[in-house]
Amino acid sequence: MARAVTTRRKTINTVAAWAIGLLIFFPILWTILTSFKTEAQAINDPPLFFFFDWTLENYAIVQERSNYMRFLWNSVIIAGGSTFLGVIIGVPAAWSMAFVPSRRTKDILLWMLSTKMLPAVGVLYPIYLLFIKLGLLDTRFGLTIVLMLINLPIIIWMLYTYFKEIPGEILEAARMDGATLKEEILYILTPMAIPGIASTVLLNIILAWNEAFWTLNLTAAKAAPLTAFIASYSSPEGLFYAKLSAASTMAIAPILILGWFSQKQLVRGLTFGAVK
Amino acid sequence: MATQHSRSAARFMMAPAVILLLGWMLVPLSMTLVFSFKKYLPLRGGDLGWIGFDNYVRFVSSSAFWPSVQTTLIIVGGVLVITIIFGILLSILLDQPMWGQGIVRILVIAPFFVMPTVSALVWKNMLMDPVNGLFAHLWKAFGAQPVEWLSDASLFSIILIVSWQWLPFATLILLTAIQSLDSEQLEAAEMDGAPPLARFGFIILPHLARAITIVILIQTIFLLAIFAEIFVTTSGAFGTRTLTYLIYQRVLESQNVGLGSAGGVYAIILANIIAIFLMRIVGKNLDA
Repeated sequence: MARAVTTRRKTINTVAAWAIGLLIFFPILWTILTSFKTEAQAINDPPLFFFFDWTLENYAIVQERSNYMRFLWNSVIIAGGSTFLGVIIGVPAAWSMAFVPSRRTKDILLWMLSTKMLPAVGVLYPIYLLFIKLGLLDTRFGLTIVLMLINLPIIIWMLYTYFKEIPGEILEAARMDGATLKEEILYILTPMAIPGIASTVLLNIILAWNEAFWTLNLTAAKAAPLTAFIASYSSPEGLFYAKLSAASTMAIAPILILGWFSQKQLVRGLTFGAVK
Repeated sequence: MATQHSRSAARFMMAPAVILLLGWMLVPLSMTLVFSFKKYLPLRGGDLGWIGFDNYVRFVSSSAFWPSVQTTLIIVGGVLVITIIFGILLSILLDQPMWGQGIVRILVIAPFFVMPTVSALVWKNMLMDPVNGLFAHLWKAFGAQPVEWLSDASLFSIILIVSWQWLPFATLILLTAIQSLDSEQLEAAEMDGAPPLARFGFIILPHLARAITIVILIQTIFLLAIFAEIFVTTSGAFGTRTLTYLIYQRVLESQNVGLGSAGGVYAIILANIIAIFLMRIVGKNLDA
């Protein structure tokens, strides 16, 4: 008897959860579907769900007309570059705070976190001005540096919480066996830290890829990544739903895939280790 | 125990990060502070000298200020209420036994990975457009007049879009917190005859209190700064000009840097007040 009730409950749960899940996912699904329609089909009333002439022409048009690949490449360079730089700078900092803590470690960590809370709009003009003065406006290099700086606190925090989980006894044992600092880092810490570093990299690529304040305000034609490219569709001409959908699908697909791998790390990274 | 040698090595390894973040914080911040006390119009004469607290007074006494504060509060508050309530319900549902749990989770989380400009434009055009949008088709199918979402119900529409983006975040964190709940406690309560609502009110909700607080604080900081969603949908028209957007317009659109900087200082103070609470919680967690 009890079993039957459980199965019934499980069925109800399943139906409810799938219905809500599909409802939440619907705008994305709709975008993907629309990207394969012609412009006329895209605005057809009643809306066409699966039975239309699937076409890839929108993808070709988007690439041809606006040189999509260049924006994609900008996104890759900026998101990848800022994450890479951030990790290079963040790993030593997080390592030293996790394994050689001092009285001030906690204060430093919290202070780093506080820089993340600074509202971007409050420093928009100074950064804008510095960018003009230094010739960094609309350059990939400038944007890479800014995104590295805004994500550095998250990188250090995430790495710190991962490094903290590496047992200190192992390091002490290595030191007693006469390992130098360099050997300690290279042969003991690095292998144990790689999963944590990988998660950090993953989350930060996602955050940098989707960043839409500095990328919109500090780029024009040359260094614009996908966020800015998509924004150019806000004042379109003529029928554009299918093309907008194709451009959007291409812009979000890589991150959707990366994101699904990083669900767990997302919680840890975005709550600064407060929820694990 | 750490030796003197490793201590100085540690300091050396921390230095780049500390110096960079210090510079990133201090240089622009002090520039904003300096500009805020000046009449500074880059396109109309440049730096026109010190004017004391004039910008601060003018920023809050301008007719756009209070509406923008109100708009900010409505958007932040609305999104918080929606994401927390639905986040709790959804996380409880997702915690139940079901078929295909992993896939449902992926479906629910997906919006978080969509870049803000994409989600704003997809909602604006393909769902909310009063002529060709899906909602318009739906309304017409039921014989109703399609709604001009982004002009007639602009705040509601923005709240809806932003909630859609942030619901996954709230759900994911609350789900993580629920999963750490000792299921024996719930079973014991169930055996003692506690009805579902009591189990929710006396066991689940108190257990989630900390996670909810964290969601509120982190989301508030991000929500105060939302920009792209407004930039590509209404550009601040139809009563959707938030404090962030107002400052952006003062600084970059009307190029009144002094006035915008004073607004920026207000925004920084506001964000810091919220940040202090968040840091307390996070800091406590560091000791544990």
